[in-house]
Amino acid sequence: MNNNDTEHGAQAADPGSEGYGSTAVRLDQGHIEGTGRLPERFEDPGFAPHIARAADLDEAAAKRAEKQVAAMFGVSMLGTLVFIVAYFAIPMESQVFIPGIGKANLSNVVLGVSLALGLLGIGVGAVHWAKTLMPDEEVVEERHPLRSPDEARGGFVKTMLTGGTDAQLDRRPLIKYSLGGALGLFAIPLVVQVVGSLGPLPKDELSKTMWKKGDRLVRDPEHTPIKATDVSIGSVFHVLPESIKESEHVLEDKAKAAVLLMRLEPDAIQVAKARDWGYDGIVAYSKICTHVGCPVGLYEQQTHHLLCPCHQSTFDVTQDCKVIFGPAKRPLPQLKITVDTEGYLVADAPFQEAVGPSFWERG
Amino acid sequence: MNALAARRRHPAAIALLILVGLLVTGAAYAALAPKPAQASTVSADQVEQGKKLFLANCSTCHGLGGEGTKDGPSLAGVGAAAVDFQVGTGRMPMAKPDVQAPRKDEIQFDEEEIAAMAAYVASLAPGPAIPEGEYTTGEGGNVAKGGELFRVNCAMCHNFAGSGGALTRGKYAPSLRDVEGKHIYEAMVTGPQSMPVFSDNNITPESKNDIIAFLHSIDKQENPGGMALGNLGPVSEGLFIWVFGLGIMIGFAVWLGQKSA
Repeated sequence: MNNNDTEHGAQAADPGSEGYGSTAVRLDQGHIEGTGRLPERFEDPGFAPHIARAADLDEAAAKRAEKQVAAMFGVSMLGTLVFIVAYFAIPMESQVFIPGIGKANLSNVVLGVSLALGLLGIGVGAVHWAKTLMPDEEVVEERHPLRSPDEARGGFVKTMLTGGTDAQLDRRPLIKYSLGGALGLFAIPLVVQVVGSLGPLPKDELSKTMWKKGDRLVRDPEHTPIKATDVSIGSVFHVLPESIKESEHVLEDKAKAAVLLMRLEPDAIQVAKARDWGYDGIVAYSKICTHVGCPVGLYEQQTHHLLCPCHQSTFDVTQDCKVIFGPAKRPLPQLKITVDTEGYLVADAPFQEAVGPSFWERG
Repeated sequence: MNALAARRRHPAAIALLILVGLLVTGAAYAALAPKPAQASTVSADQVEQGKKLFLANCSTCHGLGGEGTKDGPSLAGVGAAAVDFQVGTGRMPMAKPDVQAPRKDEIQFDEEEIAAMAAYVASLAPGPAIPEGEYTTGEGGNVAKGGELFRVNCAMCHNFAGSGGALTRGKYAPSLRDVEGKHIYEAMVTGPQSMPVFSDNNITPESKNDIIAFLHSIDKQENPGGMALGNLGPVSEGLFIWVFGLGIMIGFAVWLGQKSA
């Protein structure tokens, strides 16, 4: 290696003699031109040479730029004036064919376009003005040290100490400690109300829905009960519990209790539990996607696939709503149903697991 | 009266009573029972004409007796409504076997021929009949209620504005713009292709009329201004703003950063 040494130390091995990268190389070593050492200090390269703009050199160009900026501001004024005139002149309900859009309300289109021109003209004009005519010389603004002089710092400490002494803080510890206690205690209400305003604890609200044993299945949105004989094969019903009629928070309860009712040929259902929890091929599943809670409403009658419109999670109704595609991780929970003495479909039990997406406390 | 009372123990009395009871029940049933699916106008000639048309145009896929083959489903029990919908909207006959039959503007058969084929298919097995005109026009329907029903039952596939949407493996829910009320009604009753059935027991004829009224009101809706981008919602709107909105912003950023000549 010695015959490769240079004045400033060893260079990397000859690229031919050993494999590339087979030896460790210091940053200031290697195939370096010059001395092969980092300089002690980098020199400030200074500004790149200033390039003058056309408008700086040529008065005609500057005049042209001036006119361009004024034209932009003129466009803005024109747009605003069109807006004002159009606001009063164009009847609100006039429909006109506009190429590229089709038939559209003329008033809204003209108001929108003229207002856009009004604002865009100001912006574009200002930018063009700044780029062509405002000074563009590069300048350096020196930064001052942030630290105050020692003198001023000493003075501040002295003032504070004198203030404390004059207020008799040293002599009267009772005041000092009771003030500290009062201030410290006062922090608690601030913290308490911030924590309290996060709302009550969810308790088991996320795990429970309105469904209970004997609750009739009713149509959404008419709230009429459903006879088992009304459900023909291949049909789908969007269902709520009958108790939703007495709900005080309809939207919240609906968001958890929405159910999809489908009827398949009983033989098409491959899972015995799913068949048993249904009634004669009628099965009820939660409509709330286990991914992020969108309503899983797209039912393909021929494939028995249920699709979520948000992220295309696909559930197979014949396999107890197992996930067969998409980001959902758990099958849709099934609602156990039966019929009551009058032949209407009722829930035979509440949901046996939490419906909808995962949450922290979900067991 | 005495003579009747005296003979009430006659051996033939019980048989006579049963006979009278049966006659009364039968007559009452005939008078009150819901009419079968076939409309009364169906004649044997029509069925015969329908059969000929069926053999010439449909039997390749649906089988010589409508029993279905591997290329097409059985037509037993689909009813006249299914034929009127599928052929009346140009979906059938299909140009080639595919995942879904698209709606076509040119209908290959006239109304008489469609009615004949519908009569033939309805004669195979009972199924939903072509609906009466009363609830298929949307006239007098409650648009607001129809909108609510549409959003609960239909919008997840057909889109909030009835523009249609994608399903799995190339299937799709078609656009509901400018569709005849009768065909909307028939689609709900028969559940064509991937669509589930919404029988009259699920959504009543009055409610179906409301839904049709809502869809017709969307057809007539005027554009308040701006591009609708197919009324597809966040997908087309997002793509538009992603491409053009960001493109314009990048263009301005480049212009702002450039030194003036």
